[in-house]
Amino acid sequence: MTFHSILFEKNEVSITKETLEAPVFFVDLNLDQVINAITASRQKEYNLKPFFYTSLNDMDAIEYRQEIMRDLESETLYEHIKSFAQKMHTMRVHLALADKLHYKYNKEGWFLDAAEIYCDAVNCLVHDLSFLVLKSRGFLAFREYLTNYSKSAAFTSLFAETKKLVADLSTIKYCLLIKDGSIRVRKYESEIDYSIEVERTFEKFKQGAVKDYRAKLSTGLGMSHVEAGVLDLVAKLYPDIFLNLDNYCAKNGNYLDEKIAVFDREIQFYIAYLEYVAILKRAGLKFCYPEISNTRKEVYDYEGFDLALAYKLITEHSSVVCNDFYLKGKERIFVVSGPNQGGKTTFARTFGQLHYLASIGCPVPGSEAQLFLFDRIFTHFEKEEDIENLRGKLQDDLIRIHDIVSQATPNSIIIMNEIFTSTTLKDAVFLSRKVIQRIIELDLLCVCVTFIDELASLSEKTVSMVSTVVPEDPALRTYKILRRPADGLAYAMAIAEKYRLTYHDLRERIKS
Amino acid sequence: MKAFLMYKDRDFDLRQKSPPNEQALIQDLELNTLFNAMALGDDFLLEVVKKAVLSGLNDLDTIRYRQDVLKDCLKNSSIVRDIYDMTVGLIENKKRRWYGIFSNYPSSILYNSVELLEMFMDVLKTLKNISDEHASEFESEGFKRFFAMIQKELDDKYFDAVQNHLGELKFRNGVLMSAELGKGNEGVNYVLRKPHDRKQSWAKHIFSKKPPVYTFKLHPRDESGARVLSELRDRGINLVANAVGQSTDHIISFFTMLRTELAFYVGCLNLHEQLAQIGEPISFPVPAALGERRHSFQGLYDVCLALTMKQQIVGNDANADSKSLVVITGANQGGKSTFLRSIGLSQLMMQCGMFAPAESFSSDLSGGLFTHYKREEDVTMKRGKLEEELTRMSEIVNNIMPNSTVLFNESFAATNGREGSEIARQIVSALLEKRIKVFFVTFLYEFAHSFYDKKADAIFLRAERQADGKRTFKLIEGEPLETGYGEDLYDGIFGTDN
Repeated sequence: MTFHSILFEKNEVSITKETLEAPVFFVDLNLDQVINAITASRQKEYNLKPFFYTSLNDMDAIEYRQEIMRDLESETLYEHIKSFAQKMHTMRVHLALADKLHYKYNKEGWFLDAAEIYCDAVNCLVHDLSFLVLKSRGFLAFREYLTNYSKSAAFTSLFAETKKLVADLSTIKYCLLIKDGSIRVRKYESEIDYSIEVERTFEKFKQGAVKDYRAKLSTGLGMSHVEAGVLDLVAKLYPDIFLNLDNYCAKNGNYLDEKIAVFDREIQFYIAYLEYVAILKRAGLKFCYPEISNTRKEVYDYEGFDLALAYKLITEHSSVVCNDFYLKGKERIFVVSGPNQGGKTTFARTFGQLHYLASIGCPVPGSEAQLFLFDRIFTHFEKEEDIENLRGKLQDDLIRIHDIVSQATPNSIIIMNEIFTSTTLKDAVFLSRKVIQRIIELDLLCVCVTFIDELASLSEKTVSMVSTVVPEDPALRTYKILRRPADGLAYAMAIAEKYRLTYHDLRERIKS
Repeated sequence: MKAFLMYKDRDFDLRQKSPPNEQALIQDLELNTLFNAMALGDDFLLEVVKKAVLSGLNDLDTIRYRQDVLKDCLKNSSIVRDIYDMTVGLIENKKRRWYGIFSNYPSSILYNSVELLEMFMDVLKTLKNISDEHASEFESEGFKRFFAMIQKELDDKYFDAVQNHLGELKFRNGVLMSAELGKGNEGVNYVLRKPHDRKQSWAKHIFSKKPPVYTFKLHPRDESGARVLSELRDRGINLVANAVGQSTDHIISFFTMLRTELAFYVGCLNLHEQLAQIGEPISFPVPAALGERRHSFQGLYDVCLALTMKQQIVGNDANADSKSLVVITGANQGGKSTFLRSIGLSQLMMQCGMFAPAESFSSDLSGGLFTHYKREEDVTMKRGKLEEELTRMSEIVNNIMPNSTVLFNESFAATNGREGSEIARQIVSALLEKRIKVFFVTFLYEFAHSFYDKKADAIFLRAERQADGKRTFKLIEGEPLETGYGEDLYDGIFGTDN
């Protein structure tokens, strides 16, 4: 199999074209926050967002990525790729530096360093991959490509020359005598280290850690004319080595392989996502590879959660509540009602996020999932009133919903959050029933968050989900969304019990 | 070189965490009165004694080690105060000299450090002289070790060697250093070198062996070049400047540690002088191991009350050996709170190695001292207040361990007597079962009596009240009584005639 790209098995421009704008529903589903968090540290270097903006509508293409993602879940491979990426990054930094600098031997030094890192990155990755059991089509093809490249004449000679030159330069050791306005330069003649001798004299006073007085003298930012002058004198002390360096640089200007460079960017799609997933997994949350179908609408997900919210809660050290959902038989529509701030909108977003992330080949929140390969996702969330838009809010709502319903196909997903809040209850009930009726006819998957609980029993296609409260204290939310009609119970609790200070509580609480 | 006057083998850590209930202890036991008497307005003394008193020891050996050092201090107070003042002087002097020097340049760090070291050497010589003269007058293990160390480490040979380096470090013949090529062929690993033979000139060296030497000469008006040159020189002396700078810090931290550890004893000396003036007795307590049950004392007084009143106050005697619960009931203003406070204070003082405010005192080590006092100021609503008390109780439970001690002062009285008694009974029963020692000042008669009836390993003390209603402020052993003699108080204020 020929290797094209780690993101796409086939090299078709129609698929691989990069989407630069986020899909319109991103904001409603908080996917913009998710993707921002995933790409934050990498956006500038790799520009990963376009990859996350392009959903795939081909099950095989999704499978191709899921395979790669699964391979990367092996910690060994993940670490190898991260270390490869780190090297490539350092290489780019050094090349950019070499480009910017003025003094010849200084530029050449950084160029040599970049090439050395590149050789090392390639060799290490070839070596590391050779020991691994890879299953994905993508990695198998890439390994083959990389192995062949590493054996090519171009690469092997680059590697050999680099190694020799680096070794030669590292043998150089010289002395400087600075006095008044001059520096004398000669080879080093085994004089002893004076700092150590001084340190030893005062050693007996050593207490704990003390301040580090070593000045942070600038490093890695090129050199001044004085240092360049000294380097020229060092070159005179070692003329052969520096002549070789000149020749090497002239010959190896374009050493970087194009496909490897592209791989280095594209693989970050997976790494970035898995890194994000790892943060959530550390907090005890689960991820799974969803079964994907473009025919079966009996979707389900267990222990799912809203990624954007979970990420925020974890950074605040709060706990995350997971929720389950499933649709069976003819069921298509979740009607979510119950107390406010109980997690209804979060549930709706979760449903959308899961489907979208599945469509770009990513594992999704949950312990087990079956999801639907949609053609489009439509969302309708409360919007601020738009002054430019002279229509009333209700009319605006209706127009937006009309647009959605007329564009949707039976393979679309619609997510509605609190529609028709800006009218009378009677109107809202009437309009909602009409809209749900249309959606029922289309037989598409839908989540509808509403305060009108009678929508839940409209048809055999609707399922009622309810946000719940703590029975003992109705003011506390559980953030659990359950498949049932609403209820709530209150219990009184003894004060001492509340503080867990009864005899029995204390016997448990006090450590022995 | 280590001071080791607080522990046999480690430094006293001024940054160690105070117990989580520090604030409650200070408030309930009026510790600030004690701290202020020890510190006499000195912030540093205050910081040290506060930390030392609040971070009690749990091993008998260290307590006895400190008791011995303290006995030496009481005997040789002027020498101890001299050494202490010397450390203070050195540290203050250093602060003054380094004021405003925030240089990052190795050359100025080196220059300043060499100057400081010259001053430190003078102080070290003084310390050596004191040691030569007075070491034999000290008997404690701690001080004997300290003076032996000074004699061994600071001999004349050592002072000579230091003097020699301080001269070399002025670099009159230029700075010689070696370097290698790092990334980008930029010089790295600059190491300061000692020239082979100082007498032989550089030029001669060249002619005899003829290794090539090239010279880079700076144009006299090249200012940026001159800056680079001194930077390069700084790279060479960076490590030695660091070594010398750190050495000054190490010496400072040696003196800081010495000052810190002596500060505790100076605080004890201060307190001792004030108590002697009032005429209150002190004694060195006899600690018993963690887990034993001992509490016996004679003439135990509330040291804070004595300091505040500046006069002798009534002491208490009791023998509560082998008891885990002490319940104190009886008359209002009969000295119950004062007694409870004296229990807490003497425990803290014993466990940090101090003397005790008593004619004699012995108790077992406590794994942690907790106070649960009624808080008048928090009164809002009855329910709110009980919850506030229970919240504090719950915090105590979070931190408590077996063999800790809890002092309750009128706790759980914010509800009706029966409920309060039941809450208190359940809590105290559980604490005793977990081998926690409890002192409980209470009006909750049902609670007090439930333990009296059970004849648990408890002792019951009562604020004494003579037949005429007068209080002696002395506690006697006796069955809990149902009234706190509030009647007396009322009568005292309103008069008995109506």
